[in-house]
Amino acid sequence: MLAVGALVLGVGAAVALALTAFNQNLMYFYSPSEVLAGDAPEQARIRVGGIVEDGSFVRDPNSLRVDFRLADCDVAVAVTYTGILPDLFREGQGIIAMGNMDGDIFAADEVLAKHDENYMPPELVESLKDKQGTSCMPVAAT
Amino acid sequence: MIPELGHFALCLATGLALVQWLVPTAGAVTRRWRWAAVAQPAAVGQFIFVAFAFAALTYAFIVKDFSVAYVAANSNSELPLMYRISAVWGAHEGSLLLWALMLSVWTLAVSVSARRLPSDVGAIVIATMGAVSVAFLLFTILTSNPFERLIPAAADGNDLNPLLQDPGLIIHPPMLYMGYVGFSVAFSFAIAALITGRLDTAWARWTRPWTTTAWLFLTIGIALGSWWAYNELGWGGWWFWDPVENASFMPWLVGTALIHSLAVTEKRGLLKSWTVLLAISAFALSLLGTFLVRSGVLVSVHAFATDPQRGVFVLAIFTFFVAGSLLLYALRAGKFQSSAGGIALFSREGLLLLNNVFLTVAALAVLLGTLYPLFVDALGGGKLSVGPPYFNAVFVPLTIPLVVLVGLASAVSWKRGKMERVRSQLWLPGAIAASLAVVAAVVAGGQWMAVGLAVLLGVWAIATALYDPVKTVLGRSRVKLGRAAWGMSLAHIGLGIFVIGVGIVSAASIEKDVRLNIGETESLGGYDFTFMGVREAPGPNYTARIGAVEAARGGQTFAELAPEKRLYPSQQNPMTEASTHILPWRDVYVSLGEPLEDGDVRGAWSLRLYVKPFIRWIWLGSFLMALGGGIAASDKRYRLAGRKAVPALDNTAAAQ
Repeated sequence: MLAVGALVLGVGAAVALALTAFNQNLMYFYSPSEVLAGDAPEQARIRVGGIVEDGSFVRDPNSLRVDFRLADCDVAVAVTYTGILPDLFREGQGIIAMGNMDGDIFAADEVLAKHDENYMPPELVESLKDKQGTSCMPVAAT
Repeated sequence: MIPELGHFALCLATGLALVQWLVPTAGAVTRRWRWAAVAQPAAVGQFIFVAFAFAALTYAFIVKDFSVAYVAANSNSELPLMYRISAVWGAHEGSLLLWALMLSVWTLAVSVSARRLPSDVGAIVIATMGAVSVAFLLFTILTSNPFERLIPAAADGNDLNPLLQDPGLIIHPPMLYMGYVGFSVAFSFAIAALITGRLDTAWARWTRPWTTTAWLFLTIGIALGSWWAYNELGWGGWWFWDPVENASFMPWLVGTALIHSLAVTEKRGLLKSWTVLLAISAFALSLLGTFLVRSGVLVSVHAFATDPQRGVFVLAIFTFFVAGSLLLYALRAGKFQSSAGGIALFSREGLLLLNNVFLTVAALAVLLGTLYPLFVDALGGGKLSVGPPYFNAVFVPLTIPLVVLVGLASAVSWKRGKMERVRSQLWLPGAIAASLAVVAAVVAGGQWMAVGLAVLLGVWAIATALYDPVKTVLGRSRVKLGRAAWGMSLAHIGLGIFVIGVGIVSAASIEKDVRLNIGETESLGGYDFTFMGVREAPGPNYTARIGAVEAARGGQTFAELAPEKRLYPSQQNPMTEASTHILPWRDVYVSLGEPLEDGDVRGAWSLRLYVKPFIRWIWLGSFLMALGGGIAASDKRYRLAGRKAVPALDNTAAAQ
């Protein structure tokens, strides 16, 4: 009986623990259109995926800060990031940025690019389709 | 010609695997022993043909036969020989062939030692492994033929993914696969127990060394993967809770639980159906891992290009084996009679049961975090991912009681523990752990709580595991320790070292991304890093940009670090190669970012600096766990476990 009681208690505690931690750490994926439409909750840590817009990449001369725009079929959102970019980061490349919206700018704390230039994360492929489901080229540089 | 022979050999191997599966099964069921005896020669034949196919593919890589599509896609005329050989398993098709080869090696090993098994058990074990072989060989031939020709032949190959051109990656996949595939042996023993209805001490003794061996390969494979990520990804991390890492970690957790529950089944004849269920689960999770990696449903560094047809095939294999074995389990597991009497919580078996509960819950927590995003997506709930904080938040509280249990269980006897023995045996290890923890907490300063806890737990595991060996060495012990006991102690010492490493690295690592001009110095944690510039140098099949960073402490330069950025012209992929200065209690780690002034190599660069205390302990601990497993698996009582009945409770040998 004692053993059973201890087991139930232990498993119960573990499950409670897991579910609490779980709820706090779900990170949703949004496209640039969705974040600009205000779909993402303010201050929540989210992932945004898109194509780094041609000609949008600017490096701060004195620090590791970079600014660029992340585009999907319709719009592009401004992203700022301070740190070292992944090896395969370049304009025209699909990337995923993690962070939160700060006004109209997405403040990224982590940037991921895949290690195979032909590989695109499935959610990114999905978000680069227009309403008819055909793949689009992201908005051109302006 | 050679590739066609390889393909042909693969087809023959499939045929033999089919024979190896069906004929002995029929023989065992209808009690026709001459049919059952087909198992062994079929397994030997299957091994020969799979090995031939593997050799044929390796040959195609060595002679740079770019008329084979797989070779053209994953090799290059510039690629050094060592990596041409490891490129055989560098992508999907070849790694499947490696999977099949490993499986046939395990089958061969089982069939050689099967003479000591009762003939029906031996036949069913080999037949079940044959069924697994059939599934994977068919998968290889029908959806992922590595011998497919490319017409016309490519002038040159596309090259091996630069990430995989690393010594760690040569042995990481084979080790991991040996572990994954090795659990098919425990699985097959479980199926044999379900079919024959025999699950006794002798069964546990046959199963234990195989399970432990598979587990030790998996341990090495996972540790190597972690070591590789640390060196090659340039992020200074050793574990990322990446879905594919999780896919290898879940069978490890369940396999660890299985090793411990097998001990209870062997010594006390208890937890029989639970042990069988764990054996099925460990293999099911290995298959799930294969499915997750191969189907492309996961977003991960490991994910290969997506091909829905392959995903469906692996899912079918997974469903067949898991549903089939669980059905068998549902029909037959009720027949197992555990020995009379329940389990007292305060006994070795009671504490091992607790260990199993924690390990299983941990595996389920990882499973939840790994699969939940897939389910939500499949149900149209949007794309999401579960971050590392979840895994850390769940894992740490589950691991703490586990490590406490390791020490406690070492002093608690089977059937019923005695409080006096626990007190007399554990006060000294407890005191040592507590005093070292206090010292560590004082030294650590700001992170005193986490560091103190890690040292407390780690030293507790080490000191309690040392109790029996030390007593034996000092000649104070009445019983002689068997290899199983030595191996167990060593593995638990490894666990302690691992816990100390993980705790201190997680709490006390410091890092900084910096922008440095030539000659500039940056300080981090008492170390001074001076950037001396970057030079360009050719490599065998790449050009390298090699940075020079002087690391100094207290004005004394102790290391000249040379982090590299490699550019592979065949794929235009840059690769980061970090540089480390290693001492037993810390790593100083530098990786090269990128040139910041319009790509000018001689201008300012971004650099990533880390000081990682005790990180080597993570891999040292893992290695000791694996070594302990190897010593335990070689215990002579497993080799002696023959047809004759062995007493259920062996008082002379210690626990696992």
